[in-house]
Amino acid sequence: MTQFAVDREIDARGSACPGPLMELIRAMKASRKGQVVALLSEDQGSKVDVPQWVEKAGHKLLAVEEDGNVTRFIVQKAR
Amino acid sequence: MHDIVIAGGGVGGTVVANLLAEELAPEISLGKVRIRLITDRPEHVYKPAFLYLAFGRTAPTAYRRPQRELLHPRVELVVDPVLAVDTSQRRVIGDSGQAYAYSRLVLAPGAQVVPERTPGLAEAGEQFYTEEGAARLYRRLEGFTGGSVVVSVIGVPHMCPVAPLEMIFMLDAFFRQRGRRDQVELIYTYPINRVHSNPAIAEWAAPELESRGIRTETFFNVERIDPQQKVIETLEGTSLPFDLLIGIPEHAAPPFLESSGLTDAGWVPTDRHTLRVKGHEGIYALGDVTDLPVSKAGSVAHYQAATVAANLAAEVRGLPPAARYQGKTFCFIETGTDQATFVEFDYDHPPRPVRPSRWIHWAKMAYNQSYWLTARGVI
Ligand SMILES: Cc1cc2nc3c(=O)[nH]c(=O)nc-3n(C[C@H](O)[C@H](O)[C@H](O)COP(=O)(O)OP(=O)(O)OC[C@H]3O[C@@H](n4cnc5c(N)ncnc54)[C@H](O)[C@@H]3O)c2cc1C
Repeated sequence: MTQFAVDREIDARGSACPGPLMELIRAMKASRKGQVVALLSEDQGSKVDVPQWVEKAGHKLLAVEEDGNVTRFIVQKAR
Repeated sequence: MHDIVIAGGGVGGTVVANLLAEELAPEISLGKVRIRLITDRPEHVYKPAFLYLAFGRTAPTAYRRPQRELLHPRVELVVDPVLAVDTSQRRVIGDSGQAYAYSRLVLAPGAQVVPERTPGLAEAGEQFYTEEGAARLYRRLEGFTGGSVVVSVIGVPHMCPVAPLEMIFMLDAFFRQRGRRDQVELIYTYPINRVHSNPAIAEWAAPELESRGIRTETFFNVERIDPQQKVIETLEGTSLPFDLLIGIPEHAAPPFLESSGLTDAGWVPTDRHTLRVKGHEGIYALGDVTDLPVSKAGSVAHYQAATVAANLAAEVRGLPPAARYQGKTFCFIETGTDQATFVEFDYDHPPRPVRPSRWIHWAKMAYNQSYWLTARGVI
C-alpha cells in the first residue's frame, strides 16, 4: 500500500482505452493544487499514456504500483 | 396487459418502437400489449445532417420529418417532455403533469451538448452539434476570409466520434474550393496523445491530416477560453490563439435521468450485452445515453434497437430475453467534400479504415436519404 494520502481514488478498471487517462484528466480538472488522485487501470496503454500526460501537464507522478494486471498511479496536482 | 413505454423519439427509440409493433402486432390487436413512445417534440431530426448544414449543403426539409409519419400505426405517440422516472411506482412523469405507467421502460433520450461547462466556450466558440449551432457556423464560414481555424475536441465522450475529423477534412476541402486555403491555418486538437481515441482510426487519420497541411495538437485539454483575447488555455499549461474556434463541447445525459437516480457518473449504467439498465428491473437503455464504451453513433443505436426489441418481445411472451448486442458499430468518414471511407467494428474486432473513394462518399449520401427507412425499421 502507498504512504501517500490520497484525496480521490478513481477505479477505471475495465474502462477501455482511452478511458482511464480521460478519467484521470477529468479528476485533475476538478481537483485543487496539491491534491492527490489515485487511478486504477487495467489498460496496458495507461503505463505509457499516463506518465506522458502527467509530465506534459506539469503534475507530479508520486508512485506507480503494480498488482497483477492492475496498475495504480498516484498523481499530485502541481499547478 | 404489458405496457411498454419508450422515452425518446430519436434513432434508438423510433426503431425499437417500430420493430416491437411489427413483432407484437397480434398481441397489440388482442389488447395484451400497448406501445407508447414519449418524446419532447413532434418532429424527428436526423442529427448527422448538421455536419452538412455547417457548409450550407442541406436544408431542414431534408433532415426533419413529422415523428408520427415515421411510426408504425400501432405505436401511440405522446409529445410530452419527460421530467422524471418514478422507478418505485413504475411510471414516467411528463412536463404536462401526466403520469404514464409502464411494465417495461426503454430509455432512449440521447445526449445533449453542454458548452456552458467550459468557461468561455459558449461566448467565443462555434459548434455543429445542434441545428442552431451548425446554421450559425455556416454563416461564420461563408464570411471567413483568413486566419486560424481550430477544431478542438473538448468533451469526450461525444456524439459521432469521427465527426470532428470529418469537420476538419471538410474545412480543408471547403477553403481549397474557394481558393482561400493559403490564407487559412487549420489546427485540430485532441485530449490524448493521438488524434483519435481509437488507435486504428488515429493511425489512419494522422498522415491524412499531415498530407493536407493540417496542424495537430495532442494532449490538449481545454480548461477555459478567453473570449476577449481569443485564446484557448489548456490544463497542460499551453495557450493557443484562434480566429475561429469550432469546439466539440462536453456532452451529458438529459437531466431527468440523474434526478431520477438512473445515472452513474453521468450516464445510464447499462449491461454491454443485454442492454438492461443495471440495478433496475424492467428497464432497458440504448443509444447515446448509455455508459457503454461504444461510439455515440446512430448506427450503434440502430443495432442496439434490434437487441432491445427482441428481448422485450421475448419477455412479453414469457420467454428468456436471449438477444445480445456485440458492440457492432459502423461509421462513414467524410475525408473531404467528395471522398469518404468507413469503419466497422465490434467489442472484439478493431476497425480497419479502407482507402477513401468517391463511391463511399456517395454511399454516405445515399444513406442520408435512406435513413428514413432505417427509422421506420425497414432497413
Ligand atoms: C453533427 C453530428 C454528426 C453525426 N454523424 C453521425 C454519423 O455520420 N453516423 C452515425 O452513426 N451517427 C452520427 N451522429 C450521432 C447520432 O446522431 C446519434 O448517435 C444518434 O442520434 C443517437 O441516437 P439516440 O436514439 O440515442 O438519441 P437521439 O437520436 O438524440 O434521440 C433522442 C430523442 O429523445 C428526445 N428527448 C430528449 N430529452 C427528452 C425528454 N426529456 N423527454 C422526451 N424526449 C426527450 C430528443 O428530442 C430526441 O428525439 C452524429 C451526430 C451529430 C450531432
